[in-house]
Order: sequence, then C-alpha cells, then structure tokens
Amino acid sequence: MSPRAACRLEALGFSAVYDYTAGKIDWLAAGLPTEGPAASTLRPGALARTEIPTCTLDDTVATARQRVAASGEDRCVVVSGEHIVLGVLDRDALAGDGHAIAAEAMRAGPATVRANEDLSALLERMHRRNVMEILVTDPDGRLLGLLHRDDADVVMTRPHGAPATAPD
Amino acid sequence: MAVAVHREEIPRLLARGAQLVEVLPVAEYEEEHLPDAINVPLATLGPETIPELDRSRPVIVYCWDAL
Repeated sequence: MSPRAACRLEALGFSAVYDYTAGKIDWLAAGLPTEGPAASTLRPGALARTEIPTCTLDDTVATARQRVAASGEDRCVVVSGEHIVLGVLDRDALAGDGHAIAAEAMRAGPATVRANEDLSALLERMHRRNVMEILVTDPDGRLLGLLHRDDADVVMTRPHGAPATAPD
Repeated sequence: MAVAVHREEIPRLLARGAQLVEVLPVAEYEEEHLPDAINVPLATLGPETIPELDRSRPVIVYCWDAL
C-alpha cells in the first residue's frame, strides 16, 4: 500500500518521497513509542528489563560471570557489535571454565520474541512450557531486553486501572 | 522513484523536516500511529486531501507492513 501512496505523491509534485516499507508493524515490533489509545497496551517490550548483562563472542566466561554477579540476573546474553543476539550463557555455562570464551560456552540461537507480541498469549505459552524468561529483540535481532514471566504475571493480574509501570 | 527507508533513518529525516504520513484507513490510524504522523488514507489520497503537506519538504509514507 505504501509504494502506491509514494507513487501517487510523486505524481502530485512531491520530489522527496520516502517509503517506510516495513511499516507500522515493524515500528511496534521494535518497541518504539506510538500515539493513540492502543499505545498503552501492555506489551513484552514495555515490561522487559533492559539492564541485563551482555558480552561479546570473544569475552571470557569469567568476564560474563562478573557482569552477571553485578546485575542480579542469572544469565549473560552474548551479542554482536551491533547488539544482535547470538547466544546465552546460562547458569551451567557461567559455572564452567572461566578461561573459555563465550563463543565456545554459549547456547546459540536462544528463543526471542518481538516487543509487540500479544502478552497474554505469550504468557500462556511461557507457563505451558515452564519458561521463566524470554529475550525480546527488535525485527533486526537486536536485544531490547529480558522479559521475566513473574514481572508480567504481576502486571497482568493487577486490578484494572492500577498503574502499569515497567519493572526496574 | 521513492526511496525505501529503514526504521532507524526516520528520526534523522524527521529532524530534517520530513512529514510522516500514515496511509491506512482512519480507524487504524486513530487506534495507534507513529508519533506526529498525519493520516491521509490511500483511498482518498489526491490533490484535495494533501493541502496540509508541504511539497518543499520530504515526505515519509507508511502502511501496516511490506505486503
């Protein structure tokens, strides 16, 4: 639809026309702000914790372990220079050889969700599969945060009308 | 020919004075839209519906997705 609109605008005399072809769904999936009544919908991106430990492929497990210890989380997300999620160092990996590098010790290709996923449906899946946390990424795979199931459960069971703020 | 842009280029274009236009129907726009976007549904897009757009400034159009 937007390519046709762009063509039409050019025909109407606009000389600098840009087409955001990925569209509103892409914007929402990246967790970016919006306006309108639906903008206040509770979504994974708004509830995800953003202060989570990360490391790169070349960092050692010992380095990741230090970052995790300082964070209160129990895992370290392995990311590229562009912050694209590559893997996770979980408790077992973090308890292993501290001299190993993340690329060797990580679990590659962890499950991720987009920031705009339906929160109720996501929570239902997480409960059914006994998943406590899930990574939230933008459509390019960049890390946005870590959604804790318990955080979302608390918000979803809050009485209607109570303030809904993202956890610290 | 319009230039395809990635999400990350939009703030830069807006800072240069670009106008952001959602071409979805009114109801979809009113439900939720990008900050400061105006609505000109594709079905109504024509000379009579664009007076608020400035031809001397860039325009970014978007709909729901790439399909």
